[in-house]
Amino acid sequence: MPTMIEAANDFVVKFANVNGSGSASANRLFVRSIIRMGVPVSARNIFPSNIQGLPTWYEVRVSEAGHLGRRGGVDLMVAMNPETWDADIAEIEPGGYLFHDSTKPVLASRLRGDINLIGVPLTAICNERYSDPRQRQLFKNIVYVGALSSLLGIDEAEIERLIREQFRSKEKLIPANLEALQLGRSYALDHLSGQLGLSVERADAVGERIFIDGNNAAALGCVYGGATVAAWYPITPSTSLADSFGSHCRRLRGEPETGRKRYAIIQAEDEIAAIGMVVGAAWNGARAFTATSGPGISLMQEFFGLAYFAEIPAVIFDVQRGGPSTGMPTRTQQSDLTACAYASHGDTKHVVLLPGDPKECFEFAAQSFDLADRLQTPVFVLSDLDIGMNEWLCDSLEWDDARRYDRGKVLDAEALDAMERFGRYLDVDGDGIPYRTLPGTHPSKGGFFTRGTSKDRFARYTERGADYVDNMERLLAKFETAKALVPAPEVASAAEATGLGVIYFGSTAPAMDEALAALDADGIRLDAMRLRAFPFSAEVEGFVADHDRVFVVEQNRDGQIRNLLVNEAGADPDKLISVLHYDGTPITARFIAGSIAARLRAADPAQEAAE
Amino acid sequence: MTHIAKPRFRHPKLPVNALGFTRRDYEGAVSTLCAGCGHDSISGAIIQACFELDLPPHRLAKLSGIGCSSKTPTYFLGNSHGFNSVHGRMPSVLTGANLANRDLVYLGVSGDGDSASIGLGQFAHCLRRGVDMVYIVENNGVYGLTKGQFSATADQGAKDRRGGANPDAAVDLPSLALLMGATFVARSFSGDKAQLVPLIKAAMRHRGAAFIDCISPCVAFNNHAGSTKSFDFVREHNEAVNFLDVFTGRDEITADYEEGTVQEIVQHDGSVLRLKKLGADYDATDPVAALAYLQSHQTAGEVVTGLIHVKAAAEDLHARMETVEAPLSSLDEAELCPGADALAAINAALR
Ligand SMILES: Cc1ncc(C[n+]2csc(CCOP(=O)(O)OP(=O)(O)O)c2C)c(N)n1
Ligand code: SF4
Ligand SMILES: [Mg+2]
Repeated sequence: MPTMIEAANDFVVKFANVNGSGSASANRLFVRSIIRMGVPVSARNIFPSNIQGLPTWYEVRVSEAGHLGRRGGVDLMVAMNPETWDADIAEIEPGGYLFHDSTKPVLASRLRGDINLIGVPLTAICNERYSDPRQRQLFKNIVYVGALSSLLGIDEAEIERLIREQFRSKEKLIPANLEALQLGRSYALDHLSGQLGLSVERADAVGERIFIDGNNAAALGCVYGGATVAAWYPITPSTSLADSFGSHCRRLRGEPETGRKRYAIIQAEDEIAAIGMVVGAAWNGARAFTATSGPGISLMQEFFGLAYFAEIPAVIFDVQRGGPSTGMPTRTQQSDLTACAYASHGDTKHVVLLPGDPKECFEFAAQSFDLADRLQTPVFVLSDLDIGMNEWLCDSLEWDDARRYDRGKVLDAEALDAMERFGRYLDVDGDGIPYRTLPGTHPSKGGFFTRGTSKDRFARYTERGADYVDNMERLLAKFETAKALVPAPEVASAAEATGLGVIYFGSTAPAMDEALAALDADGIRLDAMRLRAFPFSAEVEGFVADHDRVFVVEQNRDGQIRNLLVNEAGADPDKLISVLHYDGTPITARFIAGSIAARLRAADPAQEAAE
Repeated sequence: MTHIAKPRFRHPKLPVNALGFTRRDYEGAVSTLCAGCGHDSISGAIIQACFELDLPPHRLAKLSGIGCSSKTPTYFLGNSHGFNSVHGRMPSVLTGANLANRDLVYLGVSGDGDSASIGLGQFAHCLRRGVDMVYIVENNGVYGLTKGQFSATADQGAKDRRGGANPDAAVDLPSLALLMGATFVARSFSGDKAQLVPLIKAAMRHRGAAFIDCISPCVAFNNHAGSTKSFDFVREHNEAVNFLDVFTGRDEITADYEEGTVQEIVQHDGSVLRLKKLGADYDATDPVAALAYLQSHQTAGEVVTGLIHVKAAAEDLHARMETVEAPLSSLDEAELCPGADALAAINAALR
């Protein structure tokens, strides 16, 4: 008999499914029922770049301690895809469990001796109950959720409630789903009790948190932030951001009296047109954004330069995926930092926001419109597939009704009448940010010609070198101003003073939290700084200066944020040690803690000998 | 090159329009194009059309791409906002601008390189979408600004200055515009102001995508014998299908024409387009016939000009998208932000 892993509220379940089989909503039901039990869960989709018939996985980590990064390893594999059977079985930890459809016997040669088998005759149960092939397929998913929930001790009432909520608008479907759930539960009760050492126990560790994906949250942030024009071109993993914006707008943005739309969404012919529309709309006073991923960022480059130089607010969401080229379209990475921070030709630098979870996707989305308007420049919001397309457990979204949009320095007709002479590119306030006017404002004042070619402070065409330099220097001053306006980094200090620091950002956050705890348990103390934006504030420079060695953890090959720290924050390159993870899977705490501990041992062999 | 301010002295006897503006008030900076460039005549026609339409200059936004043609918005309507964007992408910028504020008049100015080469995709797509605008291509068959390379509208076999023949087939923008569903399609000639001014006026009063292909000879690089975009060639081969008179609200509509010789079209804003038929019995409201007519006459070496097609009851992008009447750029927090209570409900559904 193999050993049995025993664990309550701390294990990993992985579902191996066939894409397009209807498993996604059943798996989601499973996860949400655990959250309703008060136990934190993180769940990640791993899917190929195909629509139907190919393998897809859903990896669920249950962690009462609240570790929401990917753990690695699998305690319970729900093997629903014969094609990937061998690889799936290989992933199970010794003493772990294989949940499978036992309608047909499994050859012993395709099993492992050190894992435990839990069989449910799913096909047989469904074939007996349903005659329609589509129903047989769909309800099989609910039947396995029923069986698993019973084995794990998930409260039946929670799942039932979720099913009722899910089908509120299609009530007819409720009884059939509840019945399928019971088919699974009663089989497990009758035949499988005591076979699984993993369990979910009611806890109080979730609180008011919500389960939401970053793209959905960012789309909501766009609605709350007052975006009215969205132009985009479909590309994974950003598509669901535009889609969600559309569905939120349909619900929240109709004019009550007429039903007409207080928004415009255009699916453009390509990314160049999408960013062109955003630039045109923003030039004309609307809050506008596009959502894309790496290849789209490449196509938009010329417009980024124009918007930077002509000083037009624009918001760009880059939900990063593995690159270059078409790269790994359905895998995650943080590899567009350089492409965005220095996007376009000529001397350009851009504001880049780095949300660390879906809640920050919401907040930074809303804030990006204020920043773009205030700074009159493109603002990039960089998330990635892990945050963007996976639901994360995060704090509730918040909005203060007293909050007003910061539309920046826009002159109205009255202000124009009151002023001596309007100069579009005059630095009146000494912060590098000029005043702008919108088309149609005043019959005779404030009109100017926007151009990408060089101009003087009064927006008149010029090729004089001195005028060009004057303008470029002002743009640098404006970038300085941005440092104080963008989200500040967050610092978590170690329990005791240490010369070691770690810098990280974005979706690395949950894995880093867990890694820090693990390292601390091993006596390795690190002060940690989570970057939330570029350009870096003085605080970032100070953090590097204050430590002897700083690990820089990022999910790309070339250490892109490290390069930015050296280039833009004057960081001493000898102090910065890269920890890089870029195989397309989300970074894990095991990887971070292991890498940092190994680097420390390598740097200090004496310590290793002493241990 | 710096900006040259024009002396703004006002002749007491200059005629004024209904807004009290003279033609001068619609001018811009002095042109820096080559003397005799067709593009300058088109700027003059735009100025004339806006003056005659009593258009408040600040209620028009002028957008362009890159090229000699795209520079011209500096040379007219100096009080209007303008946007010299990037090469071939004016249509997307204009589309975005129009989405933000549907209350302004949008004038897109482009070249044949800008619209038929690098920007062919955006040209086609903004017409498909029915963006409410006037889109003028100042078509000289070459890239003027980069010194005379053939553009995609150069006719097959047309000669460059050194006598080399263009090997490629030409993109015919009016035909493409018809295929893309443009609801106002015209072609004119920079040397024929009498034809061009009414076409611009009608286009500005049209709701929907209005396209004017205006042959505009480049005196520096494409005005020689063997060119099919030279002044001489266009004058000799110009085949106008009709002559247009535009009557707007304050004009008195006269009726001194023979039965069957004119076609009158009333646009959505009440402006009346009176088309005097020339030669063949041409019906400008039938896009399919218009396309066939263009194809057959161009094959015969003619340059077909006039109002090629108009759909009076056209819809624009905003109508199709059902956006609110107010400009989207004018909406504030009260109209755009759903507020904390709505967010609390959203949170609750995500637990
Ligand atoms: C992306 C890009 N490629 C190339 C150029 C160089 N360029 C400037 S204008 C032009 C052609 C303009 O031709 P057209 O639109 O016909 O205008 P014209 O000068 O003939 O009026 C080119 C290729 C550019 N500005 N941008
Ligand atoms: S080069 Fe040609 S198109 Fe350009 S200004 Fe001179 S004549 Fe006009
Ligand atoms: Mg040209």
